[in-house]
Amino acid sequence: MSDMTMTVSGGSGAEETLRFHVTEGHHPENATLLGFWLYLMSDCLIFACLFATYGVLGREYAGGPSAAEVLELPIVAVNTTLLLFSSITYGFAVLEMQQNRRGPMIAWLVVTWLLGAGFITLELTEFAHLVSIGAGPQRSAFLSSFFTLVGTHGLHVTCGLIWMIVLLVQVGKKGLIPANKRRLMCLSMFWHFLDVVWVGVFSFVYLMGKLS
Amino acid sequence: MTLQHPDLAKLIFGRLTWESIPYHEPILVITFIGVAIAGIAVLGLVTYFKLWGYLWREWFTSVDHKKIGIMYIVLALVMLLRGFADALMMRAQQAVAFGPHEGYLPAEHYDQIFTAHGTIMIFFVAMPMITGLINYVMPLQIGSRDVAFPFLNNFSFWMTVSGAVLVMTSLFIGEFARTGWLAYPPLSELSSSPDSGVDYWIWGLQIAGVGTTLSGINMIATIVKMRAPGMTMMKMPIFTWTALCANVLIVAAFPVLTATLALLALDRYAGTHFFTADGGGNMMMYINLIWVWGHPEVYILVLPAFGVFSEVTSTFSRKRLFGYASMVYATVVITVLSYLVWLHHFFTMGSGASVNAFFGITTMIISIPTGAKIFNWMFTMYRGRIVFDVPMLWVVAFIVTFAIGGMTGVLLAVPPADFSLHNSLFLIAHFHNVIIGGVLFGMFAGINYWFPKAFGFRLDPFWGKCSFWLWVVGFYFAFMPLYLLGLMGVTRRLRHMDDPSLQIWFQIAAFGAVLILLGIVAMLIQFAVSIMRRNQLRDTTGDLWHGRTLEWSTSSPPPPYNFAFTPQVHDVDTWWQMKQHNWRRPVEGFVPIHMPKNTGTGVYLSVLSFIFGFAIVWYMWLIAAVSFVALLAVAIHHTFNYDRDYYIPADEVRRVEAAHAGA
Repeated sequence: MSDMTMTVSGGSGAEETLRFHVTEGHHPENATLLGFWLYLMSDCLIFACLFATYGVLGREYAGGPSAAEVLELPIVAVNTTLLLFSSITYGFAVLEMQQNRRGPMIAWLVVTWLLGAGFITLELTEFAHLVSIGAGPQRSAFLSSFFTLVGTHGLHVTCGLIWMIVLLVQVGKKGLIPANKRRLMCLSMFWHFLDVVWVGVFSFVYLMGKLS
Repeated sequence: MTLQHPDLAKLIFGRLTWESIPYHEPILVITFIGVAIAGIAVLGLVTYFKLWGYLWREWFTSVDHKKIGIMYIVLALVMLLRGFADALMMRAQQAVAFGPHEGYLPAEHYDQIFTAHGTIMIFFVAMPMITGLINYVMPLQIGSRDVAFPFLNNFSFWMTVSGAVLVMTSLFIGEFARTGWLAYPPLSELSSSPDSGVDYWIWGLQIAGVGTTLSGINMIATIVKMRAPGMTMMKMPIFTWTALCANVLIVAAFPVLTATLALLALDRYAGTHFFTADGGGNMMMYINLIWVWGHPEVYILVLPAFGVFSEVTSTFSRKRLFGYASMVYATVVITVLSYLVWLHHFFTMGSGASVNAFFGITTMIISIPTGAKIFNWMFTMYRGRIVFDVPMLWVVAFIVTFAIGGMTGVLLAVPPADFSLHNSLFLIAHFHNVIIGGVLFGMFAGINYWFPKAFGFRLDPFWGKCSFWLWVVGFYFAFMPLYLLGLMGVTRRLRHMDDPSLQIWFQIAAFGAVLILLGIVAMLIQFAVSIMRRNQLRDTTGDLWHGRTLEWSTSSPPPPYNFAFTPQVHDVDTWWQMKQHNWRRPVEGFVPIHMPKNTGTGVYLSVLSFIFGFAIVWYMWLIAAVSFVALLAVAIHHTFNYDRDYYIPADEVRRVEAAHAGA
């Protein structure tokens, strides 16, 4: 194959062979995890906008209730605990996944799902309570931005729960094949990301709101 | 029953009634008849020639980046006709509406036209054009077989189509926003704009924006992960560099637009108080948020155009690009700085002298890397053997035009000057100067440059030059008068003027618009003539322009797998170096090639998104809910399909390569 590779003179005058194509099959690296990271960063910017919005509007009570008046820390403490624990249990699920142990992996995923569902239930209870006392999102700019920031996070958790069910079915059907492992890793990143965002929500909205 | 009936109708049809169809407006009725006849003719021809199966299999469901790229550009050209029709109508109105003459457009129609013109030109002409070009060219330039996520690419395209169709629907059902292309509140709030117009705007952009963001992620992942072996970052072609930076900007800017539109939608649909005048809302926050997206958007559009100019200049000057490294650094600096200038869009809002000064200075600084680029192109041309073919003509026109636009931009960056020029026609002239002179000229250069790669024959140069001269001369006639009018204090978006001494300038501008119209017609003739004369214009070498980068190393049009063997890169101008070393395409030793399978899921999701968008615009809650659930169901169903790839057998590769070698 003399026409595939050419001989050229290098700078030092030494003969050097330059290949211009790869003769064996070439497989680029799988880009899914990088792509998902990029997606998470774009999502993070949506949250950044919502945090900024809350920062601007968080004290605009318009004669309505303030954060200190309506937010209840005990519920949120339970909620935060549920979500943080669900991240740990998802971590356990990933450890089992890496050992290729399907049964325990599914079990930990179910525990994670239950914790996440508990979080959503408590959040919805809190929202329902706020609406019932006349502190709904239409009341003031503070409440609009509060419901939107916390609600968007809740919506993400809900999507994560739906995704988890889908993955449980897929792992049940196909087992821990590479495609499913990749998906489980994506959901893992998503789930931990939501945890990080929640830490922000908890500190910025609830703790600082209660302190003010 | 009598009580329940209207409720049922409301549940299904929402606020959509027969009154929403503008049959009492002759202009729209005539347009509708024209569109309907043309549409039926196209559909009839497709049916007559039995092309539906072909279109579905080979194009609509294709995950091939090359076909998706071409479809993006076709979408952009179709939408260009709509957007330009709006421009002509505005120019005609402003040329006649003086003193006692009211012109032919009622105010509420005129306001929709300028809103639609801006929205369509940016989101559905410029964006698909650059996305299409990046889609087609970038994977070839990096020696890849496809993008990182081929299905996602197809899905992104169809979401853009869905948004475009939703915006177009507003022409014949209901109305479009009358708020200007960025829909500033409180005008865009429900209290001031209760009709469906702003909702069409919100959902059209929201749906298309999903496609744009995902496409941005896809392109970054492709460039980072799929470059041919040996292609380090500093050996990437400049167009790929600009594509990377533009897509980084997309991923970092479009989420802000998504969030902003969502907040405005919440205000309009859920009664929240983000941007309202009451309830503690802050409309100035909207202006900030929308421009945090809006200014990077300008660079999303122009950076890939800069990439095209770099490729074209070095190819047609027969020289290596002057200052490759400085070009890369300039691109990256522009990318970063584009986030630090957004406030210059509203110096007059009252942020105070210090804040205005900061943003004025950052805006002026951004002209430094841009200027460096201009000098690089000129030094590339210096002592080059310049071939003035059509793409190169566009480059020269760009350098001259963009320099003028850049200078007026620096002028506007001075806050005190901006206070008198803000919202005037001077601003309109400035941004058309940079967007037409920069982005559009770049896209036309790119289309003329890469068309032969995509189709195997070049575009007719005679009609290309006709189009070029009409466009360029038309541009100067159309926009230089606006600079003057702006300096005289004429503000934008006026439907009627009192001072008759201004009329002559508007008439000159209208004349320019007619020249541009002829330029567009010449371009359409250029496409038609080129297709008819394709045998005379055929290029069998695959390297018509004596190119320097990898896309020219494969045949024209490239095979589905792009490269039978993945290239090994040693230099920025890889293909040039390969030619210097007399590289020959291998004729044996082929191995099976791993390829992604086509899927119709993108089309289904797009149709469902359109139904969802239309339903929610008209408050058809039942249909909106059903189509949303269906969207989720189809998306989830798609994830159950694990059989997404196939191998092109080595024999098939050998056959295709032999056919090319024989040609």
